Amino acid sequence: MATLPAAFAELEPFADWALPSEHDRYAKRIASTMHQLQTFYDAVFPRLEDSVDYLRQVALDGISDEDRSLLWLFSSLVTVSFPVEVWSQPRVPDSGASALDVVVEPVP
Amino acid sequence: MPHFTKPAAGTWTEAFELPTEPVSYEDSISPDFYELERDAVFRRTWLNVGRVEQLPKNGSYFTRELDAARTSVVLVRDMKGEIQAFHNMCRHRGNKLVWNDFPQHETSGTCRQFTCKYHGWRYGLEGELTFVQQESEFFNLDKGDYGLVPVGVDVWEGFIFVNFDPEAPPLRQYMGRLGAGIEGYPFHKMTQVHKYRAEIGSNWKLFIDAFMEFYHAPVLHAKQATEEESRKLQGYGYEALAYDVDGPHAMVSSWGGMAPPKDESMVKPIERVLRSGLFGVWDAPDIGELPDGLNPARHPAWGEDSFLFFPNFMLLVWKPNWYLTYHYWPTSYNTHIFEGTLYFVPPENAYERLQQELAAVTFKEYGLQDGNTLEATQTMLESRAVTQFPLCDQEVMLRHLHTVTRRYVDDYQQHQPGTPVSVIAAS
Repeated sequence: MATLPAAFAELEPFADWALPSEHDRYAKRIASTMHQLQTFYDAVFPRLEDSVDYLRQVALDGISDEDRSLLWLFSSLVTVSFPVEVWSQPRVPDSGASALDVVVEPVP
Repeated sequence: MPHFTKPAAGTWTEAFELPTEPVSYEDSISPDFYELERDAVFRRTWLNVGRVEQLPKNGSYFTRELDAARTSVVLVRDMKGEIQAFHNMCRHRGNKLVWNDFPQHETSGTCRQFTCKYHGWRYGLEGELTFVQQESEFFNLDKGDYGLVPVGVDVWEGFIFVNFDPEAPPLRQYMGRLGAGIEGYPFHKMTQVHKYRAEIGSNWKLFIDAFMEFYHAPVLHAKQATEEESRKLQGYGYEALAYDVDGPHAMVSSWGGMAPPKDESMVKPIERVLRSGLFGVWDAPDIGELPDGLNPARHPAWGEDSFLFFPNFMLLVWKPNWYLTYHYWPTSYNTHIFEGTLYFVPPENAYERLQQELAAVTFKEYGLQDGNTLEATQTMLESRAVTQFPLCDQEVMLRHLHTVTRRYVDDYQQHQPGTPVSVIAAS
Protein backbone atom coordinates (compact mmCIF):
# COMPACT_ATOMS: atom_id res chain seq x y z
CA MET A 1 0.00 0.00 0.00
CA ALA A 2 1.10 3.51 -0.78
CA THR A 3 3.19 5.54 1.61
CA LEU A 4 2.83 9.30 1.33
CA PRO A 5 5.55 11.93 1.93
CA ALA A 6 6.09 12.47 5.69
CA ALA A 7 4.41 15.89 5.63
CA PHE A 8 1.17 14.19 4.51
CA ALA A 9 1.25 11.35 7.08
CA GLU A 10 -2.21 12.25 8.43
CA LEU A 11 -3.68 11.26 5.02
CA GLU A 12 -2.38 7.68 5.30
CA PRO A 13 -5.86 6.38 6.29
CA PHE A 14 -6.95 7.43 2.77
CA ALA A 15 -3.96 5.84 1.00
CA ASP A 16 -6.24 3.28 -0.65
CA TRP A 17 -7.35 6.18 -2.88
CA ALA A 18 -3.81 6.51 -4.31
CA LEU A 19 -4.79 4.69 -7.52
CA PRO A 20 -2.72 5.12 -10.69
CA SER A 21 -5.60 4.87 -13.21
CA GLU A 22 -8.58 7.17 -13.69
CA HIS A 23 -10.59 4.03 -14.40
CA ASP A 24 -9.95 2.74 -10.87
CA ARG A 25 -10.44 6.15 -9.24
CA TYR A 26 -13.83 6.52 -10.90
CA ALA A 27 -14.82 2.93 -10.02
CA LYS A 28 -13.97 3.58 -6.34
CA ARG A 29 -16.03 6.79 -6.40
CA ILE A 30 -19.05 4.96 -7.84
CA ALA A 31 -18.69 2.20 -5.24
CA SER A 32 -18.56 4.69 -2.32
CA THR A 33 -21.34 6.30 -0.30
CA MET A 34 -21.71 10.08 -0.21
CA HIS A 35 -20.65 9.94 3.43
CA GLN A 36 -17.38 8.24 2.48
CA LEU A 37 -16.77 10.68 -0.38
CA GLN A 38 -17.47 13.69 1.85
CA THR A 39 -15.13 12.36 4.57
CA PHE A 40 -12.35 11.86 2.01
CA TYR A 41 -12.92 15.30 0.48
CA ASP A 42 -13.00 17.07 3.85
CA ALA A 43 -9.67 15.52 4.84
CA VAL A 44 -7.80 15.85 1.53
CA PHE A 45 -9.06 19.11 -0.01
CA PRO A 46 -7.46 21.41 2.63
CA ARG A 47 -4.12 19.67 2.07
CA LEU A 48 -4.32 20.27 -1.70
CA GLU A 49 -5.14 23.90 -0.99
CA ASP A 50 -2.06 24.40 1.21
CA SER A 51 0.28 22.27 -0.94
CA VAL A 52 0.21 24.11 -4.27
CA ASP A 53 3.75 25.44 -3.84
CA TYR A 54 5.00 22.01 -2.81
CA LEU A 55 3.38 20.30 -5.81
CA ARG A 56 4.82 22.88 -8.18
CA GLN A 57 8.35 21.88 -7.19
CA VAL A 58 7.72 18.12 -7.54
CA ALA A 59 9.18 17.39 -10.98
CA LEU A 60 7.45 14.52 -12.79
CA ASP A 61 10.75 13.48 -14.25
CA GLY A 62 12.25 11.17 -11.61
CA ILE A 63 9.31 11.60 -9.19
CA SER A 64 9.73 9.60 -5.93
CA ASP A 65 7.35 6.77 -5.02
CA GLU A 66 5.94 8.85 -2.13
CA ASP A 67 5.24 11.89 -4.30
CA ARG A 68 3.76 9.63 -6.95
CA SER A 69 1.32 8.23 -4.37
CA LEU A 70 0.45 11.77 -3.32
CA LEU A 71 -0.19 12.68 -6.96
CA TRP A 72 -2.59 9.72 -7.33
CA LEU A 73 -4.30 10.62 -4.04
CA PHE A 74 -4.91 14.19 -5.23
CA SER A 75 -6.04 12.81 -8.60
CA SER A 76 -8.72 10.91 -6.69
CA LEU A 77 -9.68 14.19 -5.03
CA VAL A 78 -10.27 15.59 -8.52
CA THR A 79 -12.56 12.64 -9.29
CA VAL A 80 -14.37 12.94 -5.94
CA SER A 81 -14.80 16.72 -6.20
CA PHE A 82 -17.68 16.28 -8.66
CA PRO A 83 -20.04 14.31 -6.42
CA VAL A 84 -19.15 16.49 -3.42
CA GLU A 85 -19.10 19.94 -5.03
CA VAL A 86 -21.70 19.46 -7.77
CA TRP A 87 -23.85 16.34 -7.96
CA SER A 88 -24.64 15.40 -4.32
CA GLN A 89 -24.49 11.79 -5.52
CA PRO A 90 -21.63 9.51 -6.65
CA ARG A 91 -22.81 9.19 -10.29
CA VAL A 92 -23.28 11.94 -12.84
CA PRO A 93 -27.06 12.67 -12.87
CA ASP A 94 -28.93 11.55 -15.97
CA SER A 95 -25.95 9.51 -17.11
CA GLY A 96 -27.86 6.23 -16.75
CA ALA A 97 -25.95 3.26 -18.07
CA SER A 98 -23.61 5.32 -20.24
CA ALA A 99 -19.89 4.90 -19.63
CA LEU A 100 -16.91 6.87 -20.89
CA ASP A 101 -13.85 4.74 -20.27
CA VAL A 102 -10.28 5.94 -20.24
CA VAL A 103 -8.23 4.00 -22.81
CA VAL A 104 -5.04 6.08 -22.87
CA GLU A 105 -3.73 8.11 -19.92
CA PRO A 106 -0.37 9.48 -18.85
CA VAL A 107 1.97 7.72 -16.42
CA PRO A 108 2.45 9.37 -14.02
CA MET B 1 -31.12 40.66 -29.87
CA PRO B 2 -27.83 39.20 -31.10
CA HIS B 3 -24.77 39.89 -28.96
CA PHE B 4 -22.43 39.01 -31.82
CA THR B 5 -22.54 40.15 -35.45
CA LYS B 6 -24.33 37.94 -37.95
CA PRO B 7 -23.46 37.82 -41.67
CA ALA B 8 -24.99 40.23 -44.22
CA ALA B 9 -27.53 37.59 -45.33
CA GLY B 10 -29.16 38.09 -41.91
CA THR B 11 -28.64 34.56 -40.64
CA TRP B 12 -25.80 32.01 -40.78
CA THR B 13 -28.14 29.41 -42.23
CA GLU B 14 -29.09 31.60 -45.19
CA ALA B 15 -25.51 32.83 -45.64
CA PHE B 16 -24.46 29.20 -46.25
CA GLU B 17 -27.44 28.73 -48.62
CA LEU B 18 -29.01 26.08 -46.46
CA PRO B 19 -32.79 25.66 -46.22
CA THR B 20 -34.55 27.04 -43.12
CA GLU B 21 -37.45 24.55 -43.07
CA PRO B 22 -37.85 21.92 -40.38
CA VAL B 23 -35.66 18.86 -41.06
CA SER B 24 -36.18 15.12 -41.21
CA TYR B 25 -33.91 12.78 -39.25
CA GLU B 26 -34.75 9.78 -41.45
CA ASP B 27 -31.04 9.72 -42.35
CA SER B 28 -30.28 8.86 -38.70
CA ILE B 29 -32.91 6.18 -38.08
CA SER B 30 -32.96 4.22 -41.34
CA PRO B 31 -30.88 0.99 -41.59
CA ASP B 32 -31.07 1.28 -45.41
CA PHE B 33 -29.61 4.76 -45.38
CA TYR B 34 -26.79 3.62 -43.11
CA GLU B 35 -25.86 0.81 -45.51
CA LEU B 36 -25.56 3.43 -48.26
CA GLU B 37 -23.52 5.74 -46.02
CA ARG B 38 -20.95 3.01 -45.43
CA ASP B 39 -20.03 2.97 -49.11
CA ALA B 40 -20.90 6.53 -50.07
CA VAL B 41 -19.23 8.24 -47.10
CA PHE B 42 -16.92 5.95 -45.15
CA ARG B 43 -15.32 4.32 -48.18
CA ARG B 44 -14.97 7.60 -50.08
CA THR B 45 -13.62 10.18 -47.66
CA TRP B 46 -10.37 10.66 -45.76
CA LEU B 47 -10.73 9.12 -42.29
CA ASN B 48 -8.44 10.16 -39.44
CA VAL B 49 -7.22 7.00 -37.73
CA GLY B 50 -4.52 8.37 -35.44
CA ARG B 51 -1.43 10.53 -35.00
CA VAL B 52 2.18 10.10 -36.00
CA GLU B 53 3.19 9.89 -32.31
CA GLN B 54 1.45 6.49 -32.25
CA LEU B 55 4.10 5.24 -34.70
CA PRO B 56 7.23 6.50 -32.91
CA LYS B 57 9.82 4.27 -34.61
CA ASN B 58 10.38 1.98 -37.57
CA GLY B 59 8.31 -1.16 -37.01
CA SER B 60 5.67 0.57 -34.83
CA TYR B 61 2.14 -0.41 -35.84
CA PHE B 62 -1.48 -0.14 -34.76
CA THR B 63 -4.74 -1.55 -36.08
CA ARG B 64 -8.11 0.16 -36.47
CA GLU B 65 -11.47 -1.58 -36.73
CA LEU B 66 -13.43 0.44 -39.30
CA ASP B 67 -16.75 -1.32 -39.24
CA ALA B 68 -18.46 1.49 -41.18
CA ALA B 69 -15.95 1.04 -44.01
CA ARG B 70 -16.42 -2.74 -43.79
CA THR B 71 -12.78 -3.49 -42.96
CA SER B 72 -9.91 -3.50 -40.48
CA VAL B 73 -6.68 -1.71 -41.32
CA VAL B 74 -3.13 -1.92 -40.05
CA LEU B 75 -0.95 1.20 -39.97
CA VAL B 76 2.80 0.72 -39.76
CA ARG B 77 6.00 2.73 -40.00
CA ASP B 78 8.17 0.69 -42.36
CA MET B 79 11.95 0.23 -42.15
CA LYS B 80 12.46 3.34 -44.29
CA GLY B 81 10.39 5.41 -41.84
CA GLU B 82 7.41 5.77 -44.20
CA ILE B 83 3.86 5.24 -42.94
CA GLN B 84 2.01 2.43 -44.73
CA ALA B 85 -1.61 1.28 -44.47
CA PHE B 86 -3.01 -2.11 -45.48
CA HIS B 87 -6.22 -4.03 -45.22
CA ASN B 88 -5.58 -6.20 -42.17
CA MET B 89 -6.00 -9.43 -44.11
CA CYS B 90 -3.77 -12.35 -45.04
CA ARG B 91 -3.68 -13.08 -48.78
CA HIS B 92 -3.78 -16.83 -48.28
CA ARG B 93 -7.26 -17.58 -46.94
CA GLY B 94 -8.39 -14.21 -45.67
CA ASN B 95 -7.61 -14.46 -41.97
CA LYS B 96 -7.28 -11.20 -40.08
CA LEU B 97 -3.53 -10.68 -39.99
CA VAL B 98 -2.76 -8.56 -36.91
CA TRP B 99 -4.70 -9.11 -33.67
CA ASN B 100 -4.22 -10.37 -30.11
CA ASP B 101 -6.58 -12.66 -28.20
CA PHE B 102 -9.77 -10.98 -29.48
CA PRO B 103 -10.05 -10.53 -33.27
CA GLN B 104 -12.37 -7.52 -32.88
CA HIS B 105 -10.06 -5.61 -30.50
CA GLU B 106 -7.63 -3.02 -31.80
CA THR B 107 -3.98 -3.59 -30.99
CA SER B 108 -0.59 -1.91 -31.32
CA GLY B 109 3.07 -2.70 -30.89
CA THR B 110 6.39 -2.99 -32.66
CA CYS B 111 7.52 -5.71 -35.07
CA ARG B 112 9.89 -6.45 -37.95
CA GLN B 113 7.33 -8.36 -39.99
CA PHE B 114 3.71 -9.53 -39.83
CA THR B 115 3.09 -13.26 -39.41
CA CYS B 116 -0.35 -14.75 -39.95
CA LYS B 117 -1.52 -16.84 -36.98
CA TYR B 118 -3.22 -19.34 -39.29
CA HIS B 119 -0.55 -20.83 -41.60
CA GLY B 120 2.46 -18.69 -40.84
CA TRP B 121 2.62 -16.58 -44.02
CA ARG B 122 4.89 -13.61 -43.41
CA TYR B 123 4.84 -10.07 -44.78
CA GLY B 124 7.42 -7.31 -44.73
CA LEU B 125 6.40 -3.87 -43.43
CA GLU B 126 6.00 -2.57 -46.98
CA GLY B 127 3.38 -5.26 -47.49
CA GLU B 128 5.45 -7.69 -49.52
CA LEU B 129 4.88 -11.42 -49.00
CA THR B 130 8.22 -12.80 -47.79
CA PHE B 131 7.49 -16.35 -46.63
CA VAL B 132 4.99 -19.05 -47.53
CA GLN B 133 4.82 -22.18 -45.39
CA GLN B 134 5.52 -25.24 -47.62
CA GLU B 135 5.74 -23.00 -50.67
CA SER B 136 6.52 -25.97 -52.97
CA GLU B 137 3.00 -27.37 -52.31
CA PHE B 138 1.41 -24.41 -54.12
CA PHE B 139 0.71 -24.17 -57.84
CA ASN B 140 2.85 -21.60 -59.66
CA LEU B 141 2.59 -19.20 -56.72
CA ASP B 142 4.49 -15.98 -57.38
CA LYS B 143 4.95 -14.25 -53.99
CA GLY B 144 5.16 -10.93 -55.83
CA ASP B 145 1.44 -11.26 -56.64
CA TYR B 146 0.35 -11.74 -53.03
CA GLY B 147 1.41 -8.67 -51.07
CA LEU B 148 -0.94 -7.06 -48.54
CA VAL B 149 -3.64 -4.92 -50.14
CA PRO B 150 -2.66 -1.28 -49.65
CA VAL B 151 -5.02 1.45 -48.47
CA GLY B 152 -4.58 5.12 -49.38
CA VAL B 153 -2.74 6.83 -46.51
CA ASP B 154 -1.55 10.38 -45.95
CA VAL B 155 -0.59 12.69 -43.10
CA TRP B 156 -1.85 16.20 -42.39
CA GLU B 157 -0.24 18.12 -39.51
CA GLY B 158 0.72 14.83 -37.85
CA PHE B 159 -2.78 13.33 -38.20
CA ILE B 160 -2.78 10.03 -40.12
CA PHE B 161 -5.68 9.50 -42.52
CA VAL B 162 -6.75 6.56 -44.68
CA ASN B 163 -8.98 6.52 -47.75
CA PHE B 164 -10.48 3.50 -49.54
CA ASP B 165 -11.26 5.38 -52.74
CA PRO B 166 -8.41 5.07 -55.28
CA GLU B 167 -9.71 8.22 -56.98
CA ALA B 168 -9.80 10.34 -53.82
CA PRO B 169 -8.26 13.83 -54.03
CA PRO B 170 -5.01 14.37 -52.10
CA LEU B 171 -5.59 14.78 -48.35
CA ARG B 172 -4.35 18.37 -48.16
CA GLN B 173 -6.73 19.38 -50.93
CA TYR B 174 -9.56 17.53 -49.16
CA MET B 175 -8.90 19.43 -45.92
CA GLY B 176 -9.63 22.62 -47.87
CA ARG B 177 -9.59 26.19 -46.63
CA LEU B 178 -10.52 25.30 -43.04
CA GLY B 179 -7.67 22.80 -42.82
CA ALA B 180 -5.20 25.23 -44.41
CA GLY B 181 -6.23 27.90 -41.89
CA ILE B 182 -4.92 25.92 -38.93
CA GLU B 183 -1.78 24.47 -40.50
CA GLY B 184 1.22 25.35 -38.37
CA TYR B 185 -0.60 24.93 -35.05
CA PRO B 186 1.91 23.12 -32.76
CA PHE B 187 -0.01 19.85 -32.52
CA HIS B 188 3.35 18.07 -32.31
CA LYS B 189 4.13 19.80 -28.98
CA MET B 190 0.93 18.51 -27.37
CA THR B 191 1.87 14.91 -26.74
CA GLN B 192 0.33 14.38 -23.29
CA VAL B 193 -2.74 12.28 -24.13
CA HIS B 194 -5.90 11.40 -22.20
CA LYS B 195 -8.20 9.31 -24.38
CA TYR B 196 -11.75 8.21 -23.54
CA ARG B 197 -14.02 5.79 -25.39
CA ALA B 198 -17.74 5.11 -25.18
CA GLU B 199 -20.25 2.90 -26.92
CA ILE B 200 -23.16 5.20 -27.73
CA GLY B 201 -26.68 4.07 -28.57
CA SER B 202 -27.32 6.61 -31.30
CA ASN B 203 -26.61 7.28 -34.94
CA TRP B 204 -23.14 8.79 -35.37
CA LYS B 205 -24.47 12.06 -36.80
CA LEU B 206 -26.63 12.74 -33.77
CA PHE B 207 -23.60 12.94 -31.48
CA ILE B 208 -21.82 15.26 -33.91
CA ASP B 209 -25.00 17.36 -33.85
CA ALA B 210 -24.69 17.55 -30.07
CA PHE B 211 -21.13 18.85 -30.28
CA MET B 212 -21.66 21.24 -33.20
CA GLU B 213 -24.10 23.40 -31.27
CA PHE B 214 -23.72 24.91 -27.83
CA TYR B 215 -27.36 25.99 -27.68
CA HIS B 216 -27.78 23.04 -25.27
CA ALA B 217 -24.92 23.95 -22.95
CA PRO B 218 -26.60 26.44 -20.57
CA VAL B 219 -29.47 23.97 -20.03
CA LEU B 220 -28.14 20.39 -20.13
CA HIS B 221 -25.00 21.29 -18.20
CA ALA B 222 -26.64 23.84 -15.88
CA LYS B 223 -25.56 22.05 -12.71
CA GLN B 224 -21.90 22.11 -13.68
CA ALA B 225 -21.71 25.80 -12.84
CA THR B 226 -22.54 27.48 -9.54
CA GLU B 227 -26.25 28.27 -9.20
CA GLU B 228 -25.92 32.00 -9.70
CA GLU B 229 -23.63 31.60 -12.69
CA SER B 230 -25.92 28.98 -14.19
CA ARG B 231 -28.96 31.30 -14.01
CA LYS B 232 -26.93 34.03 -15.70
CA LEU B 233 -25.81 31.67 -18.50
CA GLN B 234 -29.36 30.52 -19.21
CA GLY B 235 -30.47 34.14 -19.38
CA TYR B 236 -27.88 34.91 -22.03
CA GLY B 237 -28.49 31.71 -23.98
CA TYR B 238 -25.82 30.87 -26.51
CA GLU B 239 -24.54 32.58 -29.63
CA ALA B 240 -21.42 31.66 -31.56
CA LEU B 241 -18.85 34.27 -32.52
CA ALA B 242 -18.78 32.89 -36.05
CA TYR B 243 -19.54 29.90 -38.24
CA ASP B 244 -17.81 28.85 -41.43
CA VAL B 245 -18.32 26.21 -44.09
CA ASP B 246 -15.97 24.99 -46.81
CA GLY B 247 -17.07 22.06 -48.94
CA PRO B 248 -18.12 19.21 -46.63
CA HIS B 249 -16.28 20.72 -43.64
CA ALA B 250 -17.55 23.23 -41.10
CA MET B 251 -16.49 25.15 -38.01
CA VAL B 252 -18.00 27.08 -35.12
CA SER B 253 -16.10 29.68 -33.15
CA SER B 254 -17.12 30.32 -29.54
CA TRP B 255 -16.49 32.75 -26.73
CA GLY B 256 -15.14 31.47 -23.47
CA GLY B 257 -14.53 33.65 -20.48
CA MET B 258 -13.93 30.81 -18.02
CA ALA B 259 -10.19 30.25 -18.28
CA PRO B 260 -9.53 32.09 -16.07
CA PRO B 261 -12.96 33.32 -14.93
CA LYS B 262 -13.50 37.01 -14.26
CA ASP B 263 -14.57 36.20 -10.72
CA GLU B 264 -13.17 33.16 -8.95
CA SER B 265 -16.26 32.85 -6.75
CA MET B 266 -18.12 31.71 -9.90
CA VAL B 267 -16.21 28.45 -10.06
CA LYS B 268 -16.09 25.30 -7.98
CA PRO B 269 -13.51 25.06 -5.15
CA ILE B 270 -11.41 22.43 -6.94
CA GLU B 271 -11.23 24.68 -10.03
CA ARG B 272 -10.14 27.63 -7.92
CA VAL B 273 -7.31 25.65 -6.30
CA LEU B 274 -6.14 23.88 -9.47
CA ARG B 275 -6.80 26.84 -11.82
CA SER B 276 -8.36 24.56 -14.41
CA GLY B 277 -11.72 23.30 -15.66
CA LEU B 278 -13.73 22.47 -18.75
CA PHE B 279 -12.05 25.17 -20.82
CA GLY B 280 -8.62 23.86 -19.88
CA VAL B 281 -5.78 24.94 -17.64
CA TRP B 282 -6.00 28.69 -16.95
CA ASP B 283 -2.23 29.14 -17.11
CA ALA B 284 -1.71 28.52 -20.83
CA PRO B 285 1.72 27.30 -21.97
CA ASP B 286 3.52 29.58 -24.41
CA ILE B 287 3.19 28.10 -27.90
CA GLY B 288 3.88 31.20 -29.96
CA GLU B 289 1.51 32.82 -32.44
CA LEU B 290 -1.69 31.07 -33.51
CA PRO B 291 -2.51 30.40 -37.18
CA ASP B 292 -4.94 32.76 -38.94
CA GLY B 293 -7.74 30.20 -39.17
CA LEU B 294 -8.35 30.35 -35.42
CA ASN B 295 -10.71 32.93 -33.92
CA PRO B 296 -11.86 34.04 -37.40
CA ALA B 297 -14.01 36.83 -35.90
CA ARG B 298 -10.86 38.18 -34.16
CA HIS B 299 -12.99 38.60 -31.05
CA PRO B 300 -11.25 39.38 -27.75
CA ALA B 301 -13.66 37.05 -25.90
CA TRP B 302 -12.69 34.09 -28.10
CA GLY B 303 -12.46 30.78 -26.22
CA GLU B 304 -12.58 27.81 -28.59
CA ASP B 305 -13.00 26.73 -32.22
CA SER B 306 -14.65 23.43 -33.18
CA PHE B 307 -13.88 22.05 -36.64
CA LEU B 308 -15.73 19.17 -38.22
CA PHE B 309 -13.69 17.56 -40.97
CA PHE B 310 -16.24 15.42 -42.73
CA PRO B 311 -17.30 12.85 -42.00
CA ASN B 312 -16.35 12.06 -38.40
CA PHE B 313 -13.26 13.96 -37.22
CA MET B 314 -13.75 16.92 -34.91
CA LEU B 315 -10.88 19.09 -33.78
CA LEU B 316 -11.41 21.56 -30.92
CA VAL B 317 -8.70 24.14 -30.37
CA TRP B 318 -8.94 25.99 -27.04
CA LYS B 319 -7.62 29.41 -26.16
CA PRO B 320 -5.52 28.09 -23.22
CA ASN B 321 -3.35 26.24 -25.76
CA TRP B 322 -4.53 22.66 -25.79
CA TYR B 323 -6.70 20.68 -28.14
CA LEU B 324 -9.28 17.95 -28.15
CA THR B 325 -10.40 15.52 -30.84
CA TYR B 326 -13.68 13.67 -31.23
CA HIS B 327 -14.19 10.67 -33.49
CA TYR B 328 -17.48 8.91 -34.17
CA TRP B 329 -17.15 5.38 -35.60
CA PRO B 330 -20.50 3.91 -36.63
CA THR B 331 -21.17 0.27 -35.78
CA SER B 332 -24.81 0.22 -36.99
CA TYR B 333 -27.48 2.75 -37.95
CA ASN B 334 -28.22 3.40 -34.27
CA THR B 335 -24.90 2.71 -32.50
CA HIS B 336 -21.41 4.08 -32.71
CA ILE B 337 -18.14 4.24 -30.81
CA PHE B 338 -17.21 7.69 -29.59
CA GLU B 339 -13.60 8.64 -28.87
CA GLY B 340 -12.66 11.86 -27.09
CA THR B 341 -8.95 12.61 -26.79
CA LEU B 342 -7.36 15.51 -24.92
CA TYR B 343 -3.88 16.70 -25.92
CA PHE B 344 -1.71 18.91 -23.69
CA VAL B 345 1.83 20.19 -23.65
CA PRO B 346 3.46 17.65 -21.26
CA PRO B 347 3.35 18.89 -17.65
CA GLU B 348 6.61 19.42 -15.83
CA ASN B 349 5.49 19.07 -12.24
CA ALA B 350 2.82 17.41 -10.12
CA TYR B 351 0.67 20.56 -9.92
CA GLU B 352 0.51 20.91 -13.72
CA ARG B 353 -0.32 17.20 -13.98
CA LEU B 354 -3.28 17.71 -11.60
CA GLN B 355 -4.45 20.76 -13.55
CA GLN B 356 -4.65 18.62 -16.68
CA GLU B 357 -6.32 15.79 -14.78
CA LEU B 358 -9.10 18.19 -13.74
CA ALA B 359 -9.62 19.32 -17.35
CA ALA B 360 -9.79 15.67 -18.50
CA VAL B 361 -12.16 14.54 -15.74
CA THR B 362 -14.42 17.57 -16.29
CA PHE B 363 -14.62 16.63 -19.97
CA LYS B 364 -15.67 13.14 -18.93
CA GLU B 365 -18.40 14.39 -16.56
CA TYR B 366 -19.93 16.50 -19.36
CA GLY B 367 -19.50 13.72 -21.90
CA LEU B 368 -21.44 11.29 -19.71
CA GLN B 369 -24.40 13.68 -19.72
CA ASP B 370 -24.19 14.22 -23.48
CA GLY B 371 -23.93 10.51 -24.30
CA ASN B 372 -26.97 9.48 -22.32
CA THR B 373 -29.11 12.27 -23.79
CA LEU B 374 -28.28 10.90 -27.24
CA GLU B 375 -29.73 7.48 -26.51
CA ALA B 376 -32.90 9.18 -25.38
CA THR B 377 -33.03 11.12 -28.67
CA GLN B 378 -32.40 8.09 -30.87
CA THR B 379 -35.16 5.95 -29.36
CA MET B 380 -37.75 8.73 -29.69
CA LEU B 381 -36.73 9.57 -33.27
CA GLU B 382 -37.16 5.89 -34.13
CA SER B 383 -40.76 6.05 -32.86
CA ARG B 384 -41.44 8.38 -35.84
CA ALA B 385 -44.19 9.94 -33.73
CA VAL B 386 -42.74 13.23 -34.99
CA THR B 387 -40.84 13.40 -38.27
CA GLN B 388 -40.07 17.10 -38.83
CA PHE B 389 -37.92 19.16 -36.46
CA PRO B 390 -37.28 22.92 -36.41
CA LEU B 391 -33.63 23.93 -36.13
CA CYS B 392 -32.52 27.41 -35.10
CA ASP B 393 -29.72 29.50 -36.57
CA GLN B 394 -27.32 28.37 -33.81
CA GLU B 395 -27.89 24.82 -35.09
CA VAL B 396 -26.72 25.65 -38.61
CA MET B 397 -23.83 23.15 -38.48
CA LEU B 398 -26.33 20.31 -37.95
CA ARG B 399 -28.21 21.24 -41.10
CA HIS B 400 -24.94 21.38 -42.93
CA LEU B 401 -23.78 17.94 -41.75
CA HIS B 402 -27.03 16.20 -42.67
CA THR B 403 -27.22 18.02 -46.00
CA VAL B 404 -23.65 17.05 -46.91
CA THR B 405 -24.20 13.42 -45.90
CA ARG B 406 -27.34 13.17 -48.04
CA ARG B 407 -25.44 14.78 -50.91
CA TYR B 408 -22.68 12.13 -50.71
CA VAL B 409 -25.28 9.37 -50.66
CA ASP B 410 -27.23 10.89 -53.58
CA ASP B 411 -24.05 11.33 -55.57
CA TYR B 412 -22.98 7.75 -54.88
CA GLN B 413 -26.36 6.39 -55.95
CA GLN B 414 -26.36 8.36 -59.19
CA HIS B 415 -23.04 6.76 -60.12
CA GLN B 416 -24.13 3.24 -59.21
CA PRO B 417 -26.03 0.90 -61.51
CA GLY B 418 -29.46 -0.16 -60.23
CA THR B 419 -32.49 1.51 -58.74
CA PRO B 420 -32.03 4.10 -56.00
CA VAL B 421 -33.42 3.08 -52.63
CA SER B 422 -36.63 4.87 -51.69
CA VAL B 423 -35.23 6.21 -48.42
CA ILE B 424 -33.47 8.99 -50.32
CA ALA B 425 -36.71 10.34 -51.66
CA ALA B 426 -38.15 10.22 -48.16
CA SER B 427 -35.32 12.24 -46.69
